[in-house]
This record gives sequence, C-alpha cells and structure tokens, in this order.
Amino acid sequence: MSKGIPHVLRAGLLALLLAFLLTPQTFEPLLKPLVQANAPAIYNQGSLLSLTIQHLTIVLVATLAATIVAVSLAILVSRPIGAEFLPLSRSLVNIGQTFPPVAVLALAVPVLGFGEKPTLVALFLYGLLPIFENTLTGLTTLPPAVMEAARGTGMTGLQRLLKIEVPLAMPVILAGIRLSVVISLATATIGSTVAAKTLGEVIIAGLQTNNLAFVLQGGLIVGALAMLIYDGLSAVEQRLSTRA
Amino acid sequence: MFDGSLNGKLTASGELRWGRHLTFRPDKLGVAIALLAVYGALSPFATMRANRIVRGESLGMLSALPTWAGWLLAFTVLGAASVALSRSPAVARFLAAALALAMLIVCVGLSGTFLAPADNAYARISPASGFWLLLFTFSLLATDSITRMRPSPVLRLVYLATAVGLVYLTLVSGIWDGLSVMKEYSARADVFWTEASRHLALALGSLFAAMLAGLPLGVLCERVPALRAGVLNTLNLIQTIPSIALFGILIGPLGWVAVNVPGASAIGIRGIGMAPAFVALFLYSLLPVVANTVAGLNGVPGATREAARGIGMTSAQRLFRVELPLALPVILTGIRIVLVQNIGLATIAALIGGGGFGTFVFQGLGQTATDLVLLGALPTVALAFVSAVILDALIEMNRTVAVNKRAA
Repeated sequence: MSKGIPHVLRAGLLALLLAFLLTPQTFEPLLKPLVQANAPAIYNQGSLLSLTIQHLTIVLVATLAATIVAVSLAILVSRPIGAEFLPLSRSLVNIGQTFPPVAVLALAVPVLGFGEKPTLVALFLYGLLPIFENTLTGLTTLPPAVMEAARGTGMTGLQRLLKIEVPLAMPVILAGIRLSVVISLATATIGSTVAAKTLGEVIIAGLQTNNLAFVLQGGLIVGALAMLIYDGLSAVEQRLSTRA
Repeated sequence: MFDGSLNGKLTASGELRWGRHLTFRPDKLGVAIALLAVYGALSPFATMRANRIVRGESLGMLSALPTWAGWLLAFTVLGAASVALSRSPAVARFLAAALALAMLIVCVGLSGTFLAPADNAYARISPASGFWLLLFTFSLLATDSITRMRPSPVLRLVYLATAVGLVYLTLVSGIWDGLSVMKEYSARADVFWTEASRHLALALGSLFAAMLAGLPLGVLCERVPALRAGVLNTLNLIQTIPSIALFGILIGPLGWVAVNVPGASAIGIRGIGMAPAFVALFLYSLLPVVANTVAGLNGVPGATREAARGIGMTSAQRLFRVELPLALPVILTGIRIVLVQNIGLATIAALIGGGGFGTFVFQGLGQTATDLVLLGALPTVALAFVSAVILDALIEMNRTVAVNKRAA
C-alpha cells in the first residue's frame, strides 16, 4: 500500500472533523433530510465541541491510570519476586475480558452514584486488560540472547529493565494502549446512560426523540476520533519499532 | 511446576536468599488473599432496607446471621485464608476455596431469611461489600489453584459443569429466596425468561450469521490478496462506530426495508426492536471471523499444502481436509472473541427496544434499583464466562489435535 493516500485521507478526515465541531451549523443542509420537518438537524442541547473535549478527557484520564497500573503490575509479575503471581494474572486477564462493559458500568453506579465516576471506573477496569496483556507478552518474549548479553555486561536488574526490556517491549505495549483507547472511546458513549457528559448524550438524545441526524453525528464524531487516534498511535508505534 | 510445595532449593535464586532469613515462608498470593479475607470479613456482609429503593442499614457477618452460622462462616473464612497463607498443595488450596465459596453462598441466603420478617413483603436484604469482596477473594484462590493444577481441557469442562450444576441447585433449592435479587426475579419470572431467550437469540444468532458470511469471505480474502486489504479495512471501520450509535443508525434503513420490501415485516424486520440490534451485532462479528480465518489459513505451512497437492488432492479437498482443519484453532479463537463480545453488547439492544438482559439493567438504573441491575448483569456475566471457558477448552483440544496431525 502506498503511504501517500492514507496521509491525504487522514488530513481530510481531521479537517472535516474540526470543521464540523467548530461550525456545526454549516453542515445543517446535509443532515436536514434525515429529520422530520420541524426537528433540529444539529444537536442543540449543548456544544458538540465541549462534549467532545469532555469525552476525550474521560478517555485520557482512564487510559493514563490504566496504563500506569497495568504496566507496573506487568513489570512486577515478570520479575522473579512476583513470578508466583504470573499464572494467576494470565487467568485473571482472560476472565476479566468476559465482563461486559455495560455490566461493569451498571454495577459501579450503586457504589459511586451517577455521573462521570462510574464511567471512569468502568473505562479504567476495561482498559487495564489489553495493556496488561500486551506488556506481559512484550516483557516475557524478549530474545534470550539479548537478555543474556545485558546480564553479561554487568547491568543490574533495574538497568536491564529500563534500558533494555521496556524499550524493546515498547511497540507491543503501545499496541495494547492503542487497543484500549479505541475500546474506551466507544464504551464512553455508554457512560451517558448514567449521566456522564460524553458524546453518548447526543446519540441517546437522538434515540429518545427519534432523531436520526443526532444519532449519526454522535456516532460519526466518535468513529472519526477513534480512527484518527488509532492511526496516530500506529504511526508512533511504527517509528519506535523501526528505531529499536 | 508452579506448585506451592516447591522448596527453596528449586526456586529462583532471588527467592532463595529471601528464604534464608525467614523460617516461615508464606505463599505470596496467600498473603494478599489473607489480607483481603480479613478485610472482607470485617466489612458489612448484608444490607437491610425497608423497601427496594431507600438507603439501607449495613450489617456485619455476626449480626446478619444466626449466631452459630455467623461464627461458622467466620471460622471457615479464616481457615481457608490460613490454608492459602501456608505453602499448601494446590488441591488443598482448591478445596479450601471451594468450601469457603459454598459457605458464603449458603450463608448469604440464610441472612435473607434471618433478617427479613416473614410477614413483611417490602423489606429487602441484599449482599453487601463484605460478601462481594469475600466472593472475589476466594474465587481468586480457586482460580489460582486450578491454574496451578493445570487441568486438561476436558477436566476444565467437568469443573465448569459441576459449578453450573451447583449454582442451579442453589437457585432451585430456594435458599436464596429471601434475597432481594430473587424477589426481583419472582416479580417478573416470565419476562426474565423471554428476555433471556432474546438475549441468546441475539448473541448466538448473529454469531451464526457472521460465521455463514464470514468464513467464505475469509477464504476468499486469503485466495484473492487484492480483496483482503479492502475488506479488512472496511470491517475495521465498522468497529470504530460506537455500538449505541450503530444500533440507532440501522433503525432508519431497516424501517425503510420493513415498509418497502414485500414480506420483510412478516418475518419480523422492523425499524426498532431486535432487527437493528441483530444486524449491528452481525456487522461487529464479521471482523474477528474474517480476520482470523485469513490468519489461520495463512498459518498453514507451505510444505503441508505442497504435500497435499503432491498426493493429487483437488483444491476443494485441500481446503476442507487440510487447510481448514489446520486453521481451526485460530478460527475458533475469533469465534470466542465474537461470542463473548456479543453477549456483552446484546445488553445495549435494550436501549432500542431489542430486549435481552439489558432491559433489567437499564430499568434498574432508571429506578436506582440495584437489585434489578444485578438481575440483568449477573446472568450476562455468567453467560459470557461460561461461553469463554467452553470455547477456550475447545480451542485447546483442537490445537493438540492439529499439532498431533502435523507431527504424524
């Protein structure tokens, strides 16, 4: 595949997304045919831009927290001192992924109340798994020859971890973070069923008032964000793995 | 072997040094288990409320149960925790965990009948944080000991069947009938089973549809490289659209089909309800099925294909007798992803009138009735868990078969 065309597409998608978020009214004629005569075609119960920023903030905070916890746990169980936890952690990751996000969200509400908090917790818990799994894979499948060489040059355990293991595993870790972000972007919309301020609000308002234009714009903004972020992180990953 | 009975000589050098200073060397996971168990035992065991939506009063283990049962439970929990703490063999740890779990399950039911006055139909008893924490702690111990025993796939299925059987017996025996979740259930038993069958129809039906369409599409993509990138990219794009939006977007086109295509509405196609949910789940399911079919077929060794061609097999024979059987573990992995994902996503169908367990979850959220949320969430989680264990076992069995075949 040639690299030029995706670059153009990516820039075009970004421009389109920004144009829509900054001046949604210019797109009204496009969405008008989808709604009944008097219904609004552009979301009018709040600013799309600020909802997008809130949506991204929730995802960012949850992913950052998940990354810190998941990477530290994976480092811990891949050291000799935490080796006893390794088989259990693998099983837990496997089981954890069977928990549906809606169930996590709904069960967090009685403890944390409505609003952003249960969404953050659900996204955090759900985001942990792909990152933990990938970090563990990255750290436990390093070439033995490299590890042997590092040990041979007299590096301490900490030096080996920071200078050899983490940098070599970085592309795989980033792939986990990327997967986690994309899942979180979509799952955050469900947070609006428990009153979190995300783009899900637009979609739910559309479902409630039978307004296809709302559903479509909410869905497409999230889709575009996911594509751009996925693409951006893939580019970072590629740069890292060619350098490594 | 990760067996707990390993002595210092055999463990990693780091641990040997540590061990020399300590005469009693506790199991590291056991320490975590014991701390969680003690904390869980001191946290509220059950919550009592005057009716289903008011705030309740939290009761500890000893006040939520008849005296003998409270102490028995406390001793079982501490006993199981000390088994976990010592470097005991995996079987002993498993039995300790199983005993503690069984006691928890019976006792939480007991607290329901103990706390609720028989003549008061409004009082609600639900398990509180201490119960959930202990349940989590000992499930952790059980999972760890099962992992340490490394059971074969068949044995894992036997364990699963036993666990499902025990849960079924608990439900039928009526010991949980005093609990709030069961009261929510008995208030809507008919609806529960209707929604359960809809949930399964959505999750399994869309999986079968995706297999029917996805397997041939995957084979085609593997044969025609020009098609591969386009198809996989399109399916990837669909994954980025959030589920509630995709469900909503499909309402329009399906409504149009129902009105304009003769016979469509007769077979149940409507703008809202199950049809858009089914189509959305089908679309999400395609990527893992197609991508894993392509990956599985790609993984078939060139020499094997060559040999099959050499003994004069036709291309159809090669596909069905050699390539697909060898690709099966990878294809099954895709199906596992789809099934678990669909069982979870089917809850969202409730938002567009598609039914399923999500109905209870969202009704419960709307009424701030936690027990109703549980009535929807617990079966969903259980269903996803059971299907994951079954498919994992199937994948492993097929992998050993494939390896044996390759070796033969």
